[in-house]
Amino acid sequence: MTETTLDAAGRPLAAETSTRAAPAGYWRGVARRLRYDYVTLLFIALIAAIALAAIFAPLIAPFDPYKSSMIYRLKPIGYRGFLLGTDELGRDMLSRLTYGGRSSLMMGLTPVILATAIGGSLGLVAGYLGGWVNALIMRTMDVFYAFPSVLLAVAISGTLGGGVVNGLIALTLVFIPPLCRVAEGATTQIRDRDFVEAARASGASATSIIFYHVLRNVSAPVLIYASSLISVSILLAAGLSFLGLGVEPPTADWGLMLSTLRQSIYVQPLICALPGLAIFIVSLSFNLVSDGLRQAMDVRS
Amino acid sequence: MRSDIAFSPTAPADPRDRGGSAQPMLIVEHLQKYFPIRGGVLSRKVAVARAVDDVSFSVSKGETLGIVGESGCGKSTLARLIMCLLPLDRGSIVFDGDPVGGQRGLSLRELRRNLQIVFQDSDSSLNPRLPIQASVAYGPRVHGMRGAAAHKLARDLLQRVGLAPDLFGARYPHELSGGQKQRVNIARALALNPRALILDEAVSALDKSVEAQVLNLLRELKSQFNLTYIFISHDLNVVQYISDRVLVMYLGQVVEIGDVEAIFARPKHPYTRALLDSRLGLDPDHRVDTAPLAGDPPNPINPPPGCRFSSRCPFAEPLCTAQAPGLLGGHGSAAHFAACHMADPGSGHSHAGEAPPSLAQPAADGTRAGS
Amino acid sequence: MWYYAARRVLLAIPIALGVTVICFCLVYLAPGDPVQTLLPPDATQADVAYLKKVYGFDKPIPVQYAKWLGRAVTGDLGTSIQTNQPVLREVLRALSHTLVLSIGAVLVAYPLALALGTLAAFTIGRPPDRLATAISVFGVSIPNYWLGIVLIIVFAVKLGALPVAGMGPNGSDSFDITRWAQFRYVILPVVTTACVPLGIIMRTTRSAVAEVLSQEFIQTLRAKGLRRGAVLRHAVRNALPQMLAVMGLQFGYLVGGSILTETIFTWPGTGLLLSKSILTRDIPMLQGAMLVLALCFVGINLAVDLLQTAVDPRIKRA
Repeated sequence: MTETTLDAAGRPLAAETSTRAAPAGYWRGVARRLRYDYVTLLFIALIAAIALAAIFAPLIAPFDPYKSSMIYRLKPIGYRGFLLGTDELGRDMLSRLTYGGRSSLMMGLTPVILATAIGGSLGLVAGYLGGWVNALIMRTMDVFYAFPSVLLAVAISGTLGGGVVNGLIALTLVFIPPLCRVAEGATTQIRDRDFVEAARASGASATSIIFYHVLRNVSAPVLIYASSLISVSILLAAGLSFLGLGVEPPTADWGLMLSTLRQSIYVQPLICALPGLAIFIVSLSFNLVSDGLRQAMDVRS
Repeated sequence: MRSDIAFSPTAPADPRDRGGSAQPMLIVEHLQKYFPIRGGVLSRKVAVARAVDDVSFSVSKGETLGIVGESGCGKSTLARLIMCLLPLDRGSIVFDGDPVGGQRGLSLRELRRNLQIVFQDSDSSLNPRLPIQASVAYGPRVHGMRGAAAHKLARDLLQRVGLAPDLFGARYPHELSGGQKQRVNIARALALNPRALILDEAVSALDKSVEAQVLNLLRELKSQFNLTYIFISHDLNVVQYISDRVLVMYLGQVVEIGDVEAIFARPKHPYTRALLDSRLGLDPDHRVDTAPLAGDPPNPINPPPGCRFSSRCPFAEPLCTAQAPGLLGGHGSAAHFAACHMADPGSGHSHAGEAPPSLAQPAADGTRAGS
Repeated sequence: MWYYAARRVLLAIPIALGVTVICFCLVYLAPGDPVQTLLPPDATQADVAYLKKVYGFDKPIPVQYAKWLGRAVTGDLGTSIQTNQPVLREVLRALSHTLVLSIGAVLVAYPLALALGTLAAFTIGRPPDRLATAISVFGVSIPNYWLGIVLIIVFAVKLGALPVAGMGPNGSDSFDITRWAQFRYVILPVVTTACVPLGIIMRTTRSAVAEVLSQEFIQTLRAKGLRRGAVLRHAVRNALPQMLAVMGLQFGYLVGGSILTETIFTWPGTGLLLSKSILTRDIPMLQGAMLVLALCFVGINLAVDLLQTAVDPRIKRA
């Protein structure tokens, strides 16, 4: 997608002599490419809508998500104003799904953000310093890599016990090693470039080089990778709640709702499938947006 | 074995001058860098590559010292050692009379303010995520200049290297050609107002026409900024064009050093002779049919014993593998040193005291001079 | 090549040791006194004293680790709080059940993923590629625990065609996959399990083969007039190491990450074992299962690496 400037006679001008002012920076280029990616835009809008609904749940939800009723247990979709029916305790499904987005999105996003900060910094340091610091950090990460992510998350939060905080700790620990690896790989590549050597030759300190030169180049691949982990994190977080770890009842959470409604598949199969559908839609959206971002941020395209 | 010959100083007095005009800008002595070669299942050190082995020379103020040699002879390692980008194994560096490093010597920061480097790979030398004026302004900012002043300086320097700041300043490296990028790198190196520049194959990757433009730019800048150059290249023509003196390296060692006229007209070392002979002549009547230098340079991990060139030298004798020749100033010009037994009349070599004849063809000198 | 292989095996040893350290630390992660953690709540004072002495809980932690590692190496992973059975025996039996699912999922997902992924790489931007890409995005986005529930709703609850849960009508002891009455039980869990590797392997195959196809030597082959089949063979051979890597990794995830699917289908594998031991806070069992699964994962990764060495001519020569 290169812009071609034409001269008065309609011939394309060579880039060297073109007079276009202020060429676009990297992030501006990314934004420009995203503007024409309608699929990604659509799913960004979808995520925004779900997030807004979750944030403003008290304004949107038609009922109190925690008010149970023995009379209205497991009512079908559309029953007496319950647009999406009721759950096994007679609570309004639509309200619970709206509120559930809070917990599910938070449990999905927080570990990725924390792990990006921690794992990214570790990788940056390991990659830039190299030597034994690199060996120490990366070999430790290798050990965490030796556990399948589900197993590690389950084992850590299983041992620590249920609860949101323990779930967040477990998920963050799961995502630190892969992010650290990506950051380390990118940093190692950048470190060998001559401009880093030139920066050293101009007398700059390691901190200055890392923050001014390296971070600028490493942030894109790390962010692309982190964005692809959001979907995984949401699936895993809901999975933990589904197993009885992470979020505890009666909190409205999609994974937890799926788990408790499982007992009722013979009575209201459709309603039982709803929380899972919500997880699926959000996970799918994040996956597609991440793919779109990757394409927009890939300089080669 | 110092070759601190009094070079007639052409440079006018500089307020930054500390040691006086007779004090060489740079003296390096006995520089040594061995790289460990790791291998085996447990990554043990199995060998060392002798990248730079006991190299000494000096550069006078205002002169251009050309350093030539085949790829892999240690030229770039030498450049990085002088810049203190790599730790030295042994040796000392003296910049304008001040020893570098140590408690009382010149700090690394001070050295790097006064000595800058331009690398070969113009693309890799610029941060792809920074507009070029920010890349140029970075050095002064590191040394405490305020943002606006550094910005102004950067734009001024871009103008000086032939890039209109309004047009190019905000551009990113991928929007520039190779020659333009190298101009930016030169501007970046000049941004700290250094007294000497190391140009490590700085024009080698450029097209011939662009190369000529950049060389002329370097010449202009040299007088404008009162600079001293260390010009590293594998291209003899370029070195001959720009240098006052020339240093020839082979496998991490200095084999010959002298004035550019002396080196090109009367080489004393068979390696220099062979390098000169391997240049392509412009005269079709003087074809070079056989390569004067056969094979690849030997491995720096296991250099040949004695004289390192002995394995490829047509004049090699048992003496050459038994004993390494010293870098001696022989007969003729006092400024001309060579590390060859042939250049030492008392060495016992059967050709001792003779200049190595051209191997490719007779009377090659006349056709090549002034290329 | 042997040299490289030996190096890889040696590198796996510290990783395996690190794995044991993490598993050992689990006991200390658990809230409360580690001695209490390893014993049933109704343990007597004498039991506690005995365990303290035998496990060396009064000694410094490195000594405790050494003792624990020594026992683990000889196959003693402690005793389950719930069943009072040796942990290793229970874990190994469960592992064999998990392998039924994992291998089943491999048989379903891998051929399909390879075929669709290659097809997509040859038809980039055209309908077959779009379809394959859509399938792979769905595969990696769908929560497999939810997919399992949906499949149960459709095939067991609505259609009544397949069983809801368990491993055969009489449990796992008489399990024989060659008999239809028991094979029926495998179908839904295997389909559920196969979803994620299907998506990931398809995506990797597509990009790996497409990458090879874009290289110049393929253009040369086409210019020489090679038939499509021959071009395909070249492309696949060159993409093989990368594909092997991801297939191996996915197999490791299948074996080690089966907890959610097994919980849904009450499939008596390691996943269900883990899930149960978490609910009952059976820490010795959790620790043992985790150790065995992680070591399996390390072993699988090592095997894949060695296999990759064997098929990659660039490494083979070194």
